[in-house]
Amino acid sequence: MSPLLGEVIPVTSKLGYPLLTFLVFLPAMGAVVAMFVPARRPELTRAVGYVTSVATFGMALFLLTQFDTNPLKPGFQLFEDHSWIGALGVRWTLGVDGISLFMVALSALLFPVALLASANISKPKSFTIWMLLLESAMIGVFLALDAMVFFIFFEFVLVPMYFLIAGWGHDNRRYAAMKFFLFTMAGSAFLFAGILSVAFMRQHSTHVLTFDVRALTDWAAAHIHGGTAKVLFVAFAVGFAVKVPLFPFHTWLPDAHTDAPTAGSVVLAGVMLKIGAYGFLRFAIPFFPQAAVDLAPLLLVLAVVGITYGAIVAAMQPNLKRIIAYSSVAHLGFVVLGVFALTNQGISGGLFTMLSHGLTTGALFLLVGMLYDRRHTYELSEFRGIWKVAPVFGGLFVAATFASIGLPGFSGFVGEFLSLLGAFLTSRWYVVVASTGVILAAVYLLWAVQRAFTGEPDDANRATPDIGAREIVTVLPLLGLSLFLGFYPKPVLDRLQPSVEALIHHVELNSDYKAPTVPPAPVAAPEQGTGK
Amino acid sequence: MIGAGVTPIAHAPVDWYAIAPEIALFAAAILIVVLRSVARHDPKVHQASMLIAIAGVAASALFTGVQWAFVHSNGPYQAMSGLVAVDGFGVFVKSVILGATLLALLLSGGYLRREHLESPEYFALMLCSATGMMLMASANDLITIFLSLEILSIALYVLAAFDRRRLSSQEAGLKYFLLGSFSSAVFLYGIALVYGATGTTRLSGIAQFLAKIVLLHDGVLFVGLALLLVGLGFKVAAAPFHMWTPDVYQGAPTPVTAFMAAATKAAAFAAVLRIFVGAFRLYDVDWRPAVFGLAVLSLLVGSIAAVVQTDVKRMLAYQSISHAGYVLIGVQAATDKGTSAALFYVCTYAVMATGAFAIVMLVARRGDDRHELTDYRGLASARPVLAGLLTLFLLAQAGVPLTGGFVAKLSVFSAAIDVGQYWLALVGMLAAVIGAFVYLRIVLAMYAPPDDEAAPEGPRIVVDAGTGVALTIAAGAIVFLGVVPGIVLDFAHAATQLLAR
Repeated sequence: MSPLLGEVIPVTSKLGYPLLTFLVFLPAMGAVVAMFVPARRPELTRAVGYVTSVATFGMALFLLTQFDTNPLKPGFQLFEDHSWIGALGVRWTLGVDGISLFMVALSALLFPVALLASANISKPKSFTIWMLLLESAMIGVFLALDAMVFFIFFEFVLVPMYFLIAGWGHDNRRYAAMKFFLFTMAGSAFLFAGILSVAFMRQHSTHVLTFDVRALTDWAAAHIHGGTAKVLFVAFAVGFAVKVPLFPFHTWLPDAHTDAPTAGSVVLAGVMLKIGAYGFLRFAIPFFPQAAVDLAPLLLVLAVVGITYGAIVAAMQPNLKRIIAYSSVAHLGFVVLGVFALTNQGISGGLFTMLSHGLTTGALFLLVGMLYDRRHTYELSEFRGIWKVAPVFGGLFVAATFASIGLPGFSGFVGEFLSLLGAFLTSRWYVVVASTGVILAAVYLLWAVQRAFTGEPDDANRATPDIGAREIVTVLPLLGLSLFLGFYPKPVLDRLQPSVEALIHHVELNSDYKAPTVPPAPVAAPEQGTGK
Repeated sequence: MIGAGVTPIAHAPVDWYAIAPEIALFAAAILIVVLRSVARHDPKVHQASMLIAIAGVAASALFTGVQWAFVHSNGPYQAMSGLVAVDGFGVFVKSVILGATLLALLLSGGYLRREHLESPEYFALMLCSATGMMLMASANDLITIFLSLEILSIALYVLAAFDRRRLSSQEAGLKYFLLGSFSSAVFLYGIALVYGATGTTRLSGIAQFLAKIVLLHDGVLFVGLALLLVGLGFKVAAAPFHMWTPDVYQGAPTPVTAFMAAATKAAAFAAVLRIFVGAFRLYDVDWRPAVFGLAVLSLLVGSIAAVVQTDVKRMLAYQSISHAGYVLIGVQAATDKGTSAALFYVCTYAVMATGAFAIVMLVARRGDDRHELTDYRGLASARPVLAGLLTLFLLAQAGVPLTGGFVAKLSVFSAAIDVGQYWLALVGMLAAVIGAFVYLRIVLAMYAPPDDEAAPEGPRIVVDAGTGVALTIAAGAIVFLGVVPGIVLDFAHAATQLLAR
């Protein structure tokens, strides 16, 4: 049995009740309740939305406390397994490990925040319903251990997101929503073909049809080789690369981000993009370790191109929200760079950047949304001297900008540093180019801040009201958490590491790849000898 | 008294029980016709005939259920000296046809009243057509298939042209009639050639003959097989035999369109599966490439042609061609898995097509002519429930998870990948993306603000009780098929196992 799966896991969770299933269905149940609230009672719908999403967040916190940090147990925890569609071999299998744990927590955190930020939205009933359905699907994506259940959630996510963009977005929303849906669906067609191929290849040799990720991982890593593995890896990679999005599959993202409502952008950037990177770590790399190693240079190139291209294009944008959208392309480039470095530091850094990007970009989108509420535009040229008239807002915006740039002290620094460090061990020259992205990020974001927030406010900007209490409540937790993790990333890294180690060990076992160990400095620690 | 020297004509024993479901439907049709001629001017006849029709469907369903119970415990058998088969496969398809007929009947009541077309003959014709379909589902002989093809088609020709005052309806009827009779002739010629090559028209007989004897000169057989495929390809609306579909679907009264899309496809695919996967399984090397080609063409033609349409009914008509392509993916696998996947797809498509056409029928309002995309603008704010239901049916057709459409696509793609047809599955998935674009255009139109100056205020959309019931059933079924598809999947699987060979 491969190290990815850990020891033999009991069929039911140790809690005695299915915590993960509750976590998936609680928001959906809230959505059902919201359906029965009459449309003329918007405050009730909102209450349902808040209560459900906060309760889900509470449950996610409980999950964090229940998660076993024992480094010797890298496998899935709180495992659940029930039959669902027997004829097609699909089972309701859920579990959580270090890789998915913080994605679930991040989703659970961002949804209440996004709902609170949309307190004044039109048609609150349908908005709340779609948001809660989206939350269910999103948490399901990260918890599913059955590839088909994963795919079902992966695909279902599109529907609520489509309606959120098309229903509550800005001027070009219909185009943006359609483009988003079709791009992702086209990508997932390849993913779907990939999943089915692996499952049926396994069935032909073992006569058992299952979509269980662990069984497929074991079998695929050991039995699919050479060209077949490469083709299938590419099929998976296309599906995930559209979602991440990796250059050149990213063109849907600026449109979707810019035209989505604030809550949509927060969720889109905060968690939805991470599904792609998560998919690489959960499916593409463990299924086809050798192909992943062989094709890593290709993905590293795309990541580096994404980092620099995203940064350069962001610098040229006249639209503040579009700048942040393109900064996501660059940030996710760092994630992919770290992941395909295939080193402990790299993957941990990638995962940490995912978490950090969710917090900081979420905060930035919230703040830009507030700016839009006040001024009804995202055009940079329309803003001037906002800091003078709204000092608290300006301060928070600058703080969020620093967090996003990855200033030391914020979580972004830890993530990007680890990614670059990890990648430096295996692919030095990519890092040299990617490092320019760190500087470029400072250039475009600070330049934007300078143009919008400094100077003397003109007449149009003079009456901009400062940030309100509700708005502070939405932003502050995200920034505070980013700051906390920037100073003390240990709790997160401790939980990530065992699973990341196991993944790298799995890749080493099933390919000719050997993860580099950091050569110890010969003078400082001679007694540690050569790398283990 | 008959003289001692005259021998009575030998006839096959009639197993009434084997064709009881068909008889029940046809009896109801005859009852309606009789009632109509007896009580000619009573306005209640229309109401009564609809009830009789529903009762006929219910009785037929009862007999079908009894057949299932028998087949389930005693295994499949052939009746009437092999003309019909009583097997699980037939029961499954008959259930789909009965369900589709019931939904179509429920839709028709309100529609006929709205369009002032009330006449009992409509119901008699629909039952007659359904009888043909049922017979086709249980046919075990090429002659039976031809007979049932004619029974179902002739009634449908009339139904398509039922709205005599509307030119497009007349056109639909005539077009369907001309091309339909042409395809029947082709099919008949195919039967003749296959008979010439194998010496029998019995499906099980053909299979046995081909298993025992290797034909040295198989040209006649192949031409016959090709002609059979062309004839049935026409009925299932597979490209390149789809030319009639958009016009006929668009012109026919909308409940008839729903009936054609749902039930006719089910019956015709039953014949396709029985002939190709059943009787000619040994020759699958030869017919699979042809079906492969039909599948790819249908998928692409259906979804791409739908993109450029602005008429919603016509979009759905084109999409029905691509749905035929998905079923053909299951057919061309030529395995049990493929057959049960095709059955499940046909069942799901019946539900989602009927549901979508039902809303199209309501939105078209009096005159049945408001089918443009612009007519759908603002539907979501005016009638949120109807818009929500149409969204559900369209997303199901697009194959979004947690609807039956996803499971249906999953099962046909599984069947294709199971036999190594990776590229066919991929073409299917990409066609689904194009299809999604078409469906989302309709959805976007519904959720767009109403076009103030362009759309003249038409009559209100009225949802009658029958349509309401039909929509509720369809919506419930499509979610059921998506969330707990196990029951129907197992039924389809068992039906495939209990196929009379």
